[in-house]
Amino acid sequence: MRGGRLSSPRAGAILPLVVVIFALIAIWYLGAVALNAPQARDQLAEGAGFRDLVAQTWSMERPVLPAPHQIATELAESLFGRPITSPRSLVYHTWVTVSAALAGLALALALGLTLAIGIVHVRLLDRSLMPWVIASQTVPVLAIAPMVVVVLGNLGITGLVPKAAIAGYLAFFPITVGMVKGLRAPDPLQIDLLRTYDAGPVQVFSLLRWPASLGFLFPSLRIAVALALVGAIVAELPTGAQAGLGARLLAGSYYGQTVQIWAALLMASATSLLGLAVVSMVEALVARRRGGRL
Amino acid sequence: MTEAALLDPVEHDETATAQAVVAARDVSLVFDAEGGRVTALAGVDLSIMPGDFVSLIGPSGCGKTTLLRAIADLERPSSGSLLVNGMSPEDARKRRSYGYVFQAPALYPWRNVARNVMLPLEIMGLARAERRVRVARYLALVGLGEFARKFPWQLSGGMQQRVSIARALAFEPKLLLMDEPFGALDEITRDGLNLHLHELWRRTGMTAVFVTHSIPEAVFLSTRIVVMSARPGRVVDIIDNDLPATRDLDLRETPEFLAVAHRVREALRAGHSYD
Repeated sequence: MRGGRLSSPRAGAILPLVVVIFALIAIWYLGAVALNAPQARDQLAEGAGFRDLVAQTWSMERPVLPAPHQIATELAESLFGRPITSPRSLVYHTWVTVSAALAGLALALALGLTLAIGIVHVRLLDRSLMPWVIASQTVPVLAIAPMVVVVLGNLGITGLVPKAAIAGYLAFFPITVGMVKGLRAPDPLQIDLLRTYDAGPVQVFSLLRWPASLGFLFPSLRIAVALALVGAIVAELPTGAQAGLGARLLAGSYYGQTVQIWAALLMASATSLLGLAVVSMVEALVARRRGGRL
Repeated sequence: MTEAALLDPVEHDETATAQAVVAARDVSLVFDAEGGRVTALAGVDLSIMPGDFVSLIGPSGCGKTTLLRAIADLERPSSGSLLVNGMSPEDARKRRSYGYVFQAPALYPWRNVARNVMLPLEIMGLARAERRVRVARYLALVGLGEFARKFPWQLSGGMQQRVSIARALAFEPKLLLMDEPFGALDEITRDGLNLHLHELWRRTGMTAVFVTHSIPEAVFLSTRIVVMSARPGRVVDIIDNDLPATRDLDLRETPEFLAVAHRVREALRAGHSYD
């Protein structure tokens, strides 16, 4: 996996990728015709031809399944067509959600790392804490999110904090599990070696356990990034938040604005992909300092 | 009382113990394993003097690695007395009295070769400039000066093990403990490393304890060969090897060499017939 060998397979992979994307878009258009046809037929005058029907299914205001170009238009307009401070700007809503997701991710990192370090170093915590960490994820986030938002709301805490708490609640889990495994990754000889140098526990952590765990941190972070975003969006649903991607989804479904829903959905997944790309970039930087391997 | 003390052979041992690098008397070590208690070492007596190159040889499970680990304070004897440089193994370890070479190189894959060798120097708080000098010196000594910036996986197994030897030497311990360091290597690489190690030992004048399975390796390297047997692990014979101090690989074809090797083999066989 080193050197220039990567470039040729990667170049060869572009063509299949493009073919698949075009195929998906084509299927999407066909699906739009099939799903929207009943409604479209009602709206059309008697005796309209098949071409009119197809054109109608791809341009309805509230289609069951909007056509790709409709979503693209909506995205372009709500991203670039309005000032980013406007409550109708998708940039504004995305930032509201992303800031909560980022705060949640920071919370998850702090909690996840603390728990993992505790679990690895204290035998008692390993036995007592790990079951709770796992149990925490068996409660559906949809059940917990409204309670957290309401309880914190009663305490006068609204806005970013409750959303960050829910995002963090989801995202700390992969970090904890990954880092427990990672901090335990060093083999016994590598640990014995430090003992022969009479290294202290802090040195064992900083010179061995932490660097050995980084290979586990980045895969965990990828999952955590996606979960934090999901958590932030879900946290916007129960309170009917005024802003955020979740609020857009909710408002869209209230008013049957399917185009707006899809635009928000695409924005959410694009943001998620961007987050993953950032993690990959940091990972590549760290790997480069280690001669290309993590 | 005085008479008894005079007659007691222990009295004589005391002086030897005072200057011995390793002094083991009646050392036993019992592991509490899942299938019951396992006696890894039973009544081991051994003195290793400064400048000795002592090989521990014996079948698998004879406790030779356990003995080495006990000297290094990686295991604790259940009974008996074990002194390293006249102090407890724990104190000796805390004074960083020995370098240890494991069966596997145990390099840290995220550090390049130079930084692996630098690891003990960082822990021991040597100045930056001094660290660099030492790393260069000891990498050159094991013949890997040009590989300082490589990472462990870019090296062959033999080279990795040489890095781990450089790492053990870098903080200049007077005692080098080696646990089958060349066990996983092919014979040709092993010959080369044996020659290398012999010259290194002769040049530095350090004391070495070397665990091995291989009779030729033990005879080639050692001034004394400790033959051990299994279940329970104990010393069956200690063979003084008075082959010339300067050795090369051709020595292994000579009748003198073969005679020592024969004695080791006989002792191993005798140890084996106990069970």
